[in-house]
Amino acid sequence: MAADGPVFDEMTLADGTVRAPYRTYQAWLDRTDPGLLARRHAQADLLFRRMGITFAVYGEANGAERLIPFDVIPRILSRDEWKVLSKGVCQRVEALNRFIHDIYHDQEIIRAGKVPAELILGNDQYREEMRGFKPPGGVYVHIAGIDVVRTAENAFHVLEDNLRTPSGVSYMLEDREIMMRLFPDLFDACPVAPVNHYPTTLLDNLEYAAPGGRDEPTVVLLTPGQFNSAYFEHAFLADEMGIELVQGHDLFVEDDTVYMRTIEGPRRVDVIYRRIDDDFLDPKVFRADSMLGVPGLFQAYRKGRVTLANAIGTGIADDKAIYHHVPEMIRFYLGQEPVLANVPTWFLRHDDDRAHVLDHLSELVVKEVHGSGGYGMLVGPRATRAEISAYRERILADPANFIAQPTLALSTCPTFVDQGIAPRHVDLRPFVLTGKKTTVVPGGLTRVALRQGSLVVNSSQGGGTKDTWVLER
Amino acid sequence: MLSRTADNLYWMARYMERAESVARILDVSHRMSQLPGGQEAAREWLPALIISEQLEDFERTYDAVSAGHVIAYMGLDPANPSSIHSTLKAARENARAERNILPTEVFETLNTTWLEMRDIQYARLVEWGFREFFEWVKERSQLFTGIVAGTMLTNEAYHFTRLGTAIERADNTARLLDVKYHGLVPDDEAATDEAADYYQWGALLRAISAFKAYRMTYREAIKPRQVVDLLVLRRSFPRSLHACYAEIHPTLETLRPGSECARLSGEQYARLRYSRPQDITRRGLHRFLTDFLNRNAALSEEIARTFLFVPGG
Repeated sequence: MAADGPVFDEMTLADGTVRAPYRTYQAWLDRTDPGLLARRHAQADLLFRRMGITFAVYGEANGAERLIPFDVIPRILSRDEWKVLSKGVCQRVEALNRFIHDIYHDQEIIRAGKVPAELILGNDQYREEMRGFKPPGGVYVHIAGIDVVRTAENAFHVLEDNLRTPSGVSYMLEDREIMMRLFPDLFDACPVAPVNHYPTTLLDNLEYAAPGGRDEPTVVLLTPGQFNSAYFEHAFLADEMGIELVQGHDLFVEDDTVYMRTIEGPRRVDVIYRRIDDDFLDPKVFRADSMLGVPGLFQAYRKGRVTLANAIGTGIADDKAIYHHVPEMIRFYLGQEPVLANVPTWFLRHDDDRAHVLDHLSELVVKEVHGSGGYGMLVGPRATRAEISAYRERILADPANFIAQPTLALSTCPTFVDQGIAPRHVDLRPFVLTGKKTTVVPGGLTRVALRQGSLVVNSSQGGGTKDTWVLER
Repeated sequence: MLSRTADNLYWMARYMERAESVARILDVSHRMSQLPGGQEAAREWLPALIISEQLEDFERTYDAVSAGHVIAYMGLDPANPSSIHSTLKAARENARAERNILPTEVFETLNTTWLEMRDIQYARLVEWGFREFFEWVKERSQLFTGIVAGTMLTNEAYHFTRLGTAIERADNTARLLDVKYHGLVPDDEAATDEAADYYQWGALLRAISAFKAYRMTYREAIKPRQVVDLLVLRRSFPRSLHACYAEIHPTLETLRPGSECARLSGEQYARLRYSRPQDITRRGLHRFLTDFLNRNAALSEEIARTFLFVPGG
């Protein structure tokens, strides 16, 4: 699994054979004027710009708005591949929901000795306030983004579970929209499973999560506001679901009931799809300096007068240290074998693991336990000697804050770049929804590392996106 | 509809109209300063600061009133919240927060306007010509109202947008008309010098895009009483106080029948609809306008209260 091993290409095998899911696409490519891709590429850029599909990058002057580069060549999965993937990610989310419920109730998994107590109780993502509280339907994670990478024909690995406020689904939907506009003939030739029912499914699930006895529940999307990096997505989803896009000061709590201020006066709110972190939700309970939240919200939530999606305290399950135990959770709660494998992980808080990792820094990827967005990580094989020794100092200062994984040979997918079509590394984030049951829309967000050889796909680090096709036959 | 949405749309429209208003106020000063005897800078430019209530803040930054200083302050100064620069930015920010409910063109035109404004420096303004700049601001504002009228559903979002435009416009017309009180010509009809009257009132009418309307309505020389008639009482002139309230009052009756803000606007509307020019000039135009501006501001506050713009309500 080292990076210098053979790299699996999604489209073409080492012997030059085109893999089955890509055959129709390859045939189309062969008979298409090479200039067309370039023209469509420029057109896509214009469309995204005009539609204002942008994200803000933290730390850039004036919160500059940028486009995420879009690649016109789709990432294609066969029906059988998707069967495995969808089963695997749904299984995972079911187990994770059970795990969170258990952690905030009887903690059976700790008592069974499957997860060490100190990993949970000493974790700053653990919310004591949630002890003994069961949200409607026992659902904690209504929306999950599971990051999957591929290293060989039949080797999919889960890299990360995003269970707090996963983002990126608007790109899944907009990428499809743009592809259908730019390449209508391709969709005639290929049986691509549709994804655009995602907002409807999400809304159904959110309504289902409403506190008991609320007939026509009012659902809102709570955003930190227009300067948040994902504001476009918040506005987009609110629009697609036909619900109000609210900010903290649009809501207030009275008698443990949440209302929004409308021009007709206060209107009761039943379900809040919140895109704000736990810490900022309620200044009375969490960070007192939060200007984004709603005072009294937590109390209303605990009394079952309003539902939050996702629930408070789900961060306890998407920690990179907890990640290691997910396969065990699947066995423990569901009595099943995990469909998707984890990536082997070393914990630097263990002496043996630390010794091994420090000896092999130049081969490994080292990450912070709570890090996200590709910030603050070390990609050993691509780092300079100076970077490695600086990172070693950081590790030694606080070993428990780091984990390490082998540098995976992420699969590549043909991508349209300045030099023409060339392989670039990709990952995949399917979006898993839980309401009455757990489902996943056939597709997801494929992120692509546009720099040659780069393994970092995060948009904040220069990654792009691709439309993800699941073939229906 | 969320109160914040209503608030943002209302202020988006007010700020856009205010940018136009400031351009018109600067325009009238500029025109006056080009009339014979208009070279005394302070006399022509001071009223611009007074009627827009910016004199005090201006004096904190500048030691003397001059064309350059006033235009730099009221047109370009990012630190002045009422400058054209700041109001165009605020209009764009309000629209950006509500872009999911606005027609695409509305946000795009405000966005383009702001991006152009951002690059305008004083040196470029001198090269361009002040008049050209004022015309550009007016055009961008007119483009905005045109796109609103031409693309928006006539729903609540539309009503709050139009309300913002009409209330700000009424404020603007009243302030411009009050220029007269602030030392341009004696506030006494009998004592007027006819030639001065013609040019000064003419400059005012031109700045308010009412010169042709005046000629077509009265077909005679410019008389102060008729200027008051046109800009205050004529329903047919779209920037008159009457025309503004002919939109404000029914809009509020639609949004919240029988409310205090509908009553306040109705009271004003009746006054504007049934008063005669002599009713206004008898009491003194300045007194009338001061009273009008206070009531117009009180109405805006009542709208904020009624539709819960103020958090905590």
